[in-house]
Amino acid sequence: MVRHCELCNGKRAALVRPKNQQQICKDCFYTAFEEEIHQTIVDNKLFKRGDRVAVAASGGKDSTVLAHVLTLLNKRHDYGLDLFLLSIDEGIAGYRDDSLETVKRNETQYGIPLEVVSYKTLYNWTMDEIVKEIGLKNNCTFCGVFRRQALDRGAHKMKAVKMATGHNADDVAETVLLNILRGDIARLARCTSIITGEEGALPRCKPFKYTYEKEIVMYAYFKKLDYFSTECTYSPNAYRGFAREFIKDLEAIRPQAILDIIRSGERFRIDSTAKMPEQGLCEKCGYISSQKWCKACVLLDGLNRGLPRLGITRTRGKGSANVVETVSNGVEKLAVSRDDRRPSVSAIDF
Amino acid sequence: MHLTLEFGGGLELLFGSQKKHEVDVVPPNGMKEVTMESLLAWIKENLLKERPEMFLKENSVRPGVLVLVNDSDWELCGRLETVLEEKDEVIFISTLHGG
Repeated sequence: MVRHCELCNGKRAALVRPKNQQQICKDCFYTAFEEEIHQTIVDNKLFKRGDRVAVAASGGKDSTVLAHVLTLLNKRHDYGLDLFLLSIDEGIAGYRDDSLETVKRNETQYGIPLEVVSYKTLYNWTMDEIVKEIGLKNNCTFCGVFRRQALDRGAHKMKAVKMATGHNADDVAETVLLNILRGDIARLARCTSIITGEEGALPRCKPFKYTYEKEIVMYAYFKKLDYFSTECTYSPNAYRGFAREFIKDLEAIRPQAILDIIRSGERFRIDSTAKMPEQGLCEKCGYISSQKWCKACVLLDGLNRGLPRLGITRTRGKGSANVVETVSNGVEKLAVSRDDRRPSVSAIDF
Repeated sequence: MHLTLEFGGGLELLFGSQKKHEVDVVPPNGMKEVTMESLLAWIKENLLKERPEMFLKENSVRPGVLVLVNDSDWELCGRLETVLEEKDEVIFISTLHGG
């Protein structure tokens, strides 16, 4: 039996929307998908006319659809944005070099310029070299810390005033759960914000905050968008993987659960007695940091001194913002007292 | 019954990096029809080369894998109970890779 679109009653339905179980055709889906994102952008005042916006582009599904939709909405609703693609080359042979090819094609397809910033240029280390040094444990910590900062540096260099990332509703729900599981109150308080870092020079926003991953992939598939979908060569974050699987299991039973987790996260009231990290600037590189040195400088210092495990140590103090597994290495542990909010300083001195 | 199967979004890596597969499937013993449920069992036996847990969970696809039958979401036609017909096109796309 052919089902007809619930919105136009004309064409054959092509998908069931996770947020409301509506059965709609491709054309009604495109309109709903694009215009809901437009509404999110308008309601939350994500951009201002004339903004130069960096679109963080990995070549994967989310950022590819983001680049496509932002380019389209910018024209359709005359946002007056100056968009460009910003990609990070972590230096992972067989993974990032391939996905960068996708981003280069996107540059032509969407007609917006591309800027690539590499770890090698910024830090003088590629991820391949870092993995040779530290092995396959904790490498994702290095990559995550370095990428975040590399995006900011690339955007700054290109004179962007904002950055848009492809984080979708499933990602946000997963992060809410992870922060609860880790008791990371500081991150729990801010992880559902649609704009973060407004106090800094380069706010980041998530136009897909309420957009289901299923719809992003369906959109990319129906529109035949060109994206890259190979898993990183280095082992994925296992803990995050469990949370993801849990979210997907919940979605299979009741898809609204994803938006409900986000709304729960938004409505938490953080205990005012919880100690929050104070934001300052890294004394070494000037990047925003709650410690004397930012995480990237601590990790880099360890790498350059042949002590790559420095900085992979975690403080357990109340309200601590940097959560990384504690290494069970006696020497390194010595450097960090239980409640030391500045592990980097003592670690570097030893 | 002739079917065209396609694997995308990274799933092709579990099928020898080949996206499109033209296959002939017969209904399982005692059955007149090929349903999505029996097709999944057939794929597991005949096509899937590695890490079945990345594609299947219990008797269905792993949550996060999208399924389209003739370009329509399988949620519209009964998921596992969908009855397939000659020359149908079934597409599996993983949403679980990268961003």
